[in-house]
Amino acid sequence: MTRLPQATLGQGGEGHRTGDAAPGDHGQDGAGVTAAIRSYLVGLALAALLTAGSFWLSYTHVIYGPAVNVALIVLAIAQIGIHLVFFLHLTTAPDHINNALALAFGILVVVLLIGGTLWIMGHMNANMMPAGGMMHTGPMPPGSGMKP
Amino acid sequence: MLGKLSLAAIPLDQPIPLFAGAFVGLVLLGVIAWIVIAGHLPYLWREWITSVDHKRIGIMYVLFALVMLLRGFTDAMMMRSQQALALDAPGYLPPEHYNQIFSAHGTIMIFFVAMPFMIGLMNFVLPLQLGVRDVAFPTLNSVSFWLTCTGALLVNLSLVVGEFQRTGWLPYPPLSEITYSPGVGVDYWLWALSISGIGTLMTGINFVTTILKMRAPGMSYLRMPMFCWTALATNLLIVAAFPILTAVSAMLILDRYLGFHFFTDTAGGNSMLFMSLIWAWGHPEVYILILPAFGIFSEVVSTFSGKPLFGYRSMVLATMAICMLAFMVWLHHFFTMGAGADVNGIFGVMSMIIAVPTGVKIFNWLFTMYGGRVRVSAAMLWSIGFMLTFVVGGMTGVMLAIPPIDFVLHNSTFLIAHFHNVIIGGVLFGAFAGYTYWFPKAFGFRLHEGWGKAAFWCWQIGFWLAFGPLYVTGLDGMTRRLQHYDVPEWRPWLLVALLGAVTILAGIGCQIVQLVVSIRHRDALRDTTGDPWDGRSLEWSTASPPPAFNFAVLPDVHGEEPYWTVKERAREQHAIPDRPRYAAIAVPRNSPTGVVCAFFATLIGFSMIWHIWWLAIAGCVGAYLTFVVFAWRDRTEDEIPADEVARIDAENRAARRDIYATMETVR
Repeated sequence: MTRLPQATLGQGGEGHRTGDAAPGDHGQDGAGVTAAIRSYLVGLALAALLTAGSFWLSYTHVIYGPAVNVALIVLAIAQIGIHLVFFLHLTTAPDHINNALALAFGILVVVLLIGGTLWIMGHMNANMMPAGGMMHTGPMPPGSGMKP
Repeated sequence: MLGKLSLAAIPLDQPIPLFAGAFVGLVLLGVIAWIVIAGHLPYLWREWITSVDHKRIGIMYVLFALVMLLRGFTDAMMMRSQQALALDAPGYLPPEHYNQIFSAHGTIMIFFVAMPFMIGLMNFVLPLQLGVRDVAFPTLNSVSFWLTCTGALLVNLSLVVGEFQRTGWLPYPPLSEITYSPGVGVDYWLWALSISGIGTLMTGINFVTTILKMRAPGMSYLRMPMFCWTALATNLLIVAAFPILTAVSAMLILDRYLGFHFFTDTAGGNSMLFMSLIWAWGHPEVYILILPAFGIFSEVVSTFSGKPLFGYRSMVLATMAICMLAFMVWLHHFFTMGAGADVNGIFGVMSMIIAVPTGVKIFNWLFTMYGGRVRVSAAMLWSIGFMLTFVVGGMTGVMLAIPPIDFVLHNSTFLIAHFHNVIIGGVLFGAFAGYTYWFPKAFGFRLHEGWGKAAFWCWQIGFWLAFGPLYVTGLDGMTRRLQHYDVPEWRPWLLVALLGAVTILAGIGCQIVQLVVSIRHRDALRDTTGDPWDGRSLEWSTASPPPAFNFAVLPDVHGEEPYWTVKERAREQHAIPDRPRYAAIAVPRNSPTGVVCAFFATLIGFSMIWHIWWLAIAGCVGAYLTFVVFAWRDRTEDEIPADEVARIDAENRAARRDIYATMETVR
């Protein structure tokens, strides 16, 4: 009889089998706690740094003004990454397949939703706005401004 | 003190909702009085209302869906009869009432019939098929169920207190904004759906966790029954899509309550954004409904053909492909709103592509039947009826996915016929197939076959009589939601549609009779073996109805179709597997948390609708206290001792020994 590798086994109702680890599921021994605290502190420092950095960027003229938006988006995405790694303990270890897949699915849906909505709304604005009625919306997306 | 609520909220000038409300109220009071007087209340409270057992919750979900089906169908009958009368005439329903009826019909049928029916079946079947003892979070499951009830209660309350929305089943702005819908109708929708949507989201989290983390030893992903796969895809979609519904409802709530301008075009908002967001939830919702039905058909077709499912892996792939593609097609619900040819083209092509995995599934079911020894039971009839009906609905869907055709047919009764074609012919037939198929597992006796088949034929013929004509009138230019019309050519078709609705009514009548007859003759229909259909997956390996702990010993899975393998081995060896070693089993303790939470949620919803702010605050405090009390509970589980487990399992094993013996002679 062949047994499946542990990672693909479900957790039985008795709770004596361990399958895929849940986020934040780590050892309870002394060394583990120290390491965990250090990882939380590193994460906190990085997160604070990124937050302070985004305020600093927007209040000073270090970078070219119109690029500030993009810089803030980059910092925000980096912030998400820090949270996932240091606070939600997402790793690429074999017992984290579910978490990695969940993250991938989540990112796919968010990208489809936000990207799709921007694309659709951009084209609708370009096609459906009455002439001169563009005061409340952003610029027309490139390549879609066939009509006034 | 009472916000906007006053006696004027009760529509004394409208006799129909008033009498309907009074009638339902009387029936409800009668039932409650009977329960209390006959002394059933303690039993009901202990064993059902506070139950966290996934089987009990599943049964309550299905019962709830069946009751709400009657409410939604009443709306349907009113619309059909109004349109049959209203050629150059006002009919008997005034426009403002008619508008509430079609809005309530859609809301109830989607959110309080189709969703709870599917969630109920998943609740009942998933842990049994996965070979485990409960879902991942049993109390959360109970909270989900009762929050769904809160939503339905609010929608039904709108019948006699205030009004329901008149905007159609989705509150499109600008019509749903406070300027154009100053009444409480849209608020009823928003709060009912926000509250029950949270319940649904928690169900999704619960089931995804259950499937990913709690399978029987040896049950790898590719050994799960097809229904578990479709349930996984459905619940992933719930987890990803329902937050969008919550967010978009919250935005509309802010618009209506606090003067925000998310969707008001005149003040910098954009009403088109509502269409985009609501359908980014709404299209996955369609697949949330149909995927479990696909799973049910897979189980039923395979069992009643006596064959393993054809192309299991292609079926898994098709299911997961649908799960992904479901998020890439939402614009086809608003092709005509002016996104332009590029955008429409892409989404049209995506909408056609998503029909491909569905086609794969149809062929898989056909090939499962091919060469099998097909037993045409009632459950199988629903499945065959589905294949024939759904294919037509799918094809008209592909037609509507072509943007130029959609420009002609959008908003017409052709569209109405199309989506009823897939939702009745797909989701509802699937729900009824599952109801027939798993009923003996839930209650220990089968449903009467004759009445079940009669119900099927009434539904099948009634469906085509009711919606075939709407395809024709749609092509003739009849738009949806007409309270009256002046085109005499449509009249004959609408009369046929009314005849169809009456035939469906006969089908519902057959189903009620079927239930009564089955309960009366339950001893003759008794399923003593736990395996009435010669099933293949694990739910048939335990007794009917299953004990509280489902399995005395967790099954050890060595391949696809685990119970079929066990049966085959037993037949070869002329013996059932050895008596296992029993251990005490911990089952989660019942908890009133769910129903208490729902009580406070109802208070919050109702008081927010009527602007009774102090009551809303009180409701929030109550809900929070419920959570605190639950979090500080001392005991979470009850233990069933090993002797008791052994005693219960001995009966199941004795029954199995008998069926293996008889099967031997049959073969």
